[in-house]
Order: sequence, then C-alpha cells, then structure tokens
Amino acid sequence: MALLEIRNVTRRFGTLEAVKDVSIAIEPGEFFTLLGPSGCGKTTILRMIAGFDEPDEGEILLDGKSLAGVPPERRPLHTVFQSYALFPHMTVAGNIAFPLEMAGRSHDEIRQRVSETLALVHLEEKADSFPHELSGGQKQRVALARGLVNKPRLLLLDEPLGALDAKLRVEMQIELIALQREVGITFIFVTHSQQEALALSHRIAVMKDGRVEQCDEPDQLYTQPANRFVADFIGKINLLDVEVKSSSKVLLGLHAAGLGDIAATDPRPIAVGERGVFALRPELIRVFGHRESADLKNRFEGVVRELLYLGDVTLYKVELANGRVIEALMPNAAPGRAKFHEVGDAVTVCWRHDAGVYLRS
Amino acid sequence: MSAPRTRPSGLTEWVVTLPPTIFLLAFFLAPALIVVAAGFRETGEFGGLAPIDSFAALTLDAYRFLGGDVIYLEIFARSFLVAALTTLICIVLAYPLAWLIARSPKSRRDFLVLLVILPFASNFLVRIYAWIMLLGPANLLYTPFAVIVGMVYAHLPFMVLPLYTNLEKHDPALLEAAQDLGANAWTRFWRVTFPLSLPGIFSGSALVFIPVLGMFAVPELLGGTGDILIGNLIKEQFLENRDWPLGSALSIMLTILVLALAGLTAWASKRGLHGTEAVT
Repeated sequence: MALLEIRNVTRRFGTLEAVKDVSIAIEPGEFFTLLGPSGCGKTTILRMIAGFDEPDEGEILLDGKSLAGVPPERRPLHTVFQSYALFPHMTVAGNIAFPLEMAGRSHDEIRQRVSETLALVHLEEKADSFPHELSGGQKQRVALARGLVNKPRLLLLDEPLGALDAKLRVEMQIELIALQREVGITFIFVTHSQQEALALSHRIAVMKDGRVEQCDEPDQLYTQPANRFVADFIGKINLLDVEVKSSSKVLLGLHAAGLGDIAATDPRPIAVGERGVFALRPELIRVFGHRESADLKNRFEGVVRELLYLGDVTLYKVELANGRVIEALMPNAAPGRAKFHEVGDAVTVCWRHDAGVYLRS
Repeated sequence: MSAPRTRPSGLTEWVVTLPPTIFLLAFFLAPALIVVAAGFRETGEFGGLAPIDSFAALTLDAYRFLGGDVIYLEIFARSFLVAALTTLICIVLAYPLAWLIARSPKSRRDFLVLLVILPFASNFLVRIYAWIMLLGPANLLYTPFAVIVGMVYAHLPFMVLPLYTNLEKHDPALLEAAQDLGANAWTRFWRVTFPLSLPGIFSGSALVFIPVLGMFAVPELLGGTGDILIGNLIKEQFLENRDWPLGSALSIMLTILVLALAGLTAWASKRGLHGTEAVT
C-alpha cells in the first residue's frame, strides 16, 4: 500500500485553480519530487500534505487513512521550510529537541536522540550555538536534523536548497541523498530546479498550472518525455514541428516542412497525417564536416552560427536549410583538439533513427 | 549583522554633534548637578537654599532627615508598588492589542497604530479630568484604584507601541514550524511568540515603569490624601514646603533607584534574551 495517497485533489484560491485534480501515490522509502515552475501548485500540494491548507475536492490519505481535519501538529510528518524557520531564541540542540519535547519524550531519550541526530548531520560541536551564529549550510543541516529527529513517517522539503550558493547546493544534494538512504524516511521534495530533481529523486512529478504533466523516474522523464512541456522543461531539447508520413510497427516516418524526411521510432499506432513535435536531445546529434562521412539515416546540411565552448563539451548552434536553428552538444574528447568546428563552417548534422521522440500535440 | 559604515570625518562629527551636546550640557547636565549640590545645602530662612559661604556649610541634613522618618520609605515602597502594578496591567492589556494589530492586514496596521496614539492629540490634564467625571459618580474617586486606572490609562500606549514593533517583526514561518513540529496554540505562544517578544516587553516596561515612578499629576487629581507618591513628595518640597535640600535629596534617591533598576534589567536581559536580538 502506498504510504501517502493524493486522490483527485483540487484546490482553488478565488477563481484561480492552484491544484487541478491531482492524484499521486508515494511509496514508503521513496525520494519523491514535485517539480515545476513557480506558481505550478507544487507548494500548495506540500502545504495540504502538511495540513496548513485543505483540499477543496479530493482527499489525502496517510497509511490509507484520510488526513482531512487533522491539524498540522497532529500529523506524523515534519517540514523543512525554505527559510529554515529555526527558532532564533533556542540553541541548535534546543531547536532539535523541540519536536521531541512536543511528543513528550523523556529527558534521557531527548538528550540521546539530539546527540545522535547532531552526529548524523555533522554538527556535534555546534550544539550550543544559536542559529544566528551559523552559516547557511549549517542552518540547513539544523533544519534537516529538526525535521528528522522524531522519525516522522514523511519529511516534506520545501525548496530547502534554494537559499544556498551553487557549490554548497551540490554538496548538500549529495549529503541529502546519503541522509535519506541512511534514515530510510520517505522524502517529498519541492523544487523548481530540474537539475536538482533529476539528481536527487527516485520519482518526479512534473507540474504545470496545477496539473501533473508526467510522473516518472528521472531517466524516463529525460528520455521519454510525455509531452512538449516536459520535454522542454527537463534539460535542453530541440523541438521540430512535424507531420506523420508513415507508420509501420515501430518505424515512424516524419516530415519537417522545409527540411525533409526524418526517420524515427515509436511503438504506438499513429495515424498518417497527424501533426506533432519531434523532440531531440542535443547530445544525441553529431555534427560532421563535409568530408567526414557518417552512416546515419537522418542527415541535414547546415551552417554553424554560434558556438559555446564549455571545456568538456561544446554547444553548436547550427542553422538548417529551412532556417531552423538546432543545438548539438559534442564532447571534446579527442586528444589535443579543443573543438571540432568554427562559426561559419558548413556542416552536416545527423542522428540515429531512435535518437528522438515523437510527441503528439 | 549591520553593514560596515564609513565613519564620518572628525570635523563633520564635531559639527553635527556639537549643538545637541551644548544643549544637553546646558539644560540637562548643569541642572542635574545643581540638584545634586542642592541636596547637600541648608534651607534658607524663607525656604529655598541658604546662602553658601564655605564648604563647611555643606551638610547631610536632608539625607539624615529622609532616613529618620519611616514615612519616606513607605512612600518609596508605595510608588514602586504602583509603578510595578501599572506596568503589569499595561502588559496584560497591551499584549493582545499589540498582537491583534501586528496580525491585522498590512494596510490596516498604520491606521490602528494611529488610533493607539490618538489620545495624545488632546491635553493630558483634560483627559485625567475626564476620569474624575467618570469615577466620581461611581464613588471610586480619590482611591488607590483611581490612581492605578489613571496611571494605566496614561501609559498604555507606551506599552502597546514597543510591543507592536516587536510582534510585527516575528516571522510567521516560525509559528508554522512550531505547529508542524507538534506544538498546539498554547505551546506555540509560550515557546515561540512570548520569548521572542521579551525585548518588546522590557522596553515597554521601562517606558511605563520609570515615568509612573515620578508622576505627580495623576495621584494629585485622582488619588486621596493617602495616595501620594514620590513625585508628589518632591513637588511638595520644592513648591509648597520650600525645602529644596530635601526635594533634591528625594530626587537623587529616586534617580539612583531607577538607574539601579535599569542596570539590573539590562544585565538580566543580556543573560536571558540570547538570540532574540535576531528578530528585534
């Protein structure tokens, strides 16, 4: 049975539907992420799980029991707030002891659990410090410790890494994964950063305008996006408007106006004449000089208009015959060569027939 | 956590601070010293101060006189009791009011604060006279109760404002966090809101307690003969009895007690309020 089940939940603020008929089931031990741009409803869902907000329709069940009408202080789950919300008048140890005191634990148990949890987040020597004496990363760890110390059924994390600088954020991501594995508590994580979501999660629900667009594992979301929004939101991608020319078993023949035919694969039965979008990741495109040959079906001539040298890889923006610019990412793996092409070079772009995804609009 | 500021140059510092310095020296420090000196002189033949011809004329008579009569100790004790009671009642009345203003929508807060300070727009004595008319028919006039009512009435805004300023800055996320971690409304108040509001309570208490100690108008207008406080006593020495040395000695005693109390409070709050500076 799912640990937490969100069943057909809708939440309106005035005329605005912040969450529209969302259903999600979260399994025990999962690191689950709600991902989407600001205003997509992800924080509203988190607040409804925590109990600070109630659904207008539908229900939220924990261990099969409805949470409707249960106030936040009586829900067996804790939240790590974006602003950390550490109590400024309590020490680090005092902050971490707070949920244990609320749960009525004994003095000895509190002392022991606080010191265990401090060790878990590597803050033993900061036990008697006050929050204003800590760095951003340390505050973050105290907030995590405070959320975890009473072993909640669920830990909700509301953009907890948003206030950290880029380098620290990556470090905390790694710590967060290790921490979740160690304590085995189910995490529900809210973020607008697709990179963060891909790096941390077992499963991700991509949200837009109050709806879940796709709920899947990170690699599935990346390689098999369900629609144009998901394809565009997660990672870099080229989107070409196409028309279906032929469809037989797994082979799909597409036509892009002004460009030519594209060979693709798709196991679904698709009607000839249907219009959709062909989505192609930049790292799956090869860019060749004219003299180099490539035995690939999808070949199109173009000119390099811009390039972005990133050290390990170079991003080429290639203008095709129909005026469309597509982005290709090539690793600079050849020894002694910085990059393969210059701006203005005439090139051929190619990709395998199973490289891209056809998205029905 | 304040950003480092560029220090103004020596000259600018002098020019800016000179006028207030001169003002304070001439109109605050000098009179204060005169009062201190007056406490060690003799009463003149027709009151006021006796002419002074040598240091031998200085005397501790005024202080001996103070120590010699238990009535003065009683009046000091009563004054402190009235001040403490007024402060306590002000805290109890002002806290919910300040809390409600701080929780009301931003657009309404300024208006509500304006209502709190609106009584200052009319003369203080007029407002105390109004209490005579209110308390008179109820047979409560010229009682200790009337004095406390008048004191609380006159000083309530001085408690509301610092409390409001403090409560308004509380991060609502802290209460959500406390609730999320299992605290009910009662616990949230006593474990989060109240300790964080202590600096506001302290500054409000100082703004109420100290003026009440020296207040003479309220007891004079609303109190009975047995309700006189230090303020009345001092005023009496200077204006009616013309015993300036005794009046000065009383003033000095009052000042020393207030300073000692303020020092004690500052020391206690420094020890007990660790971390709360972050929100104030």
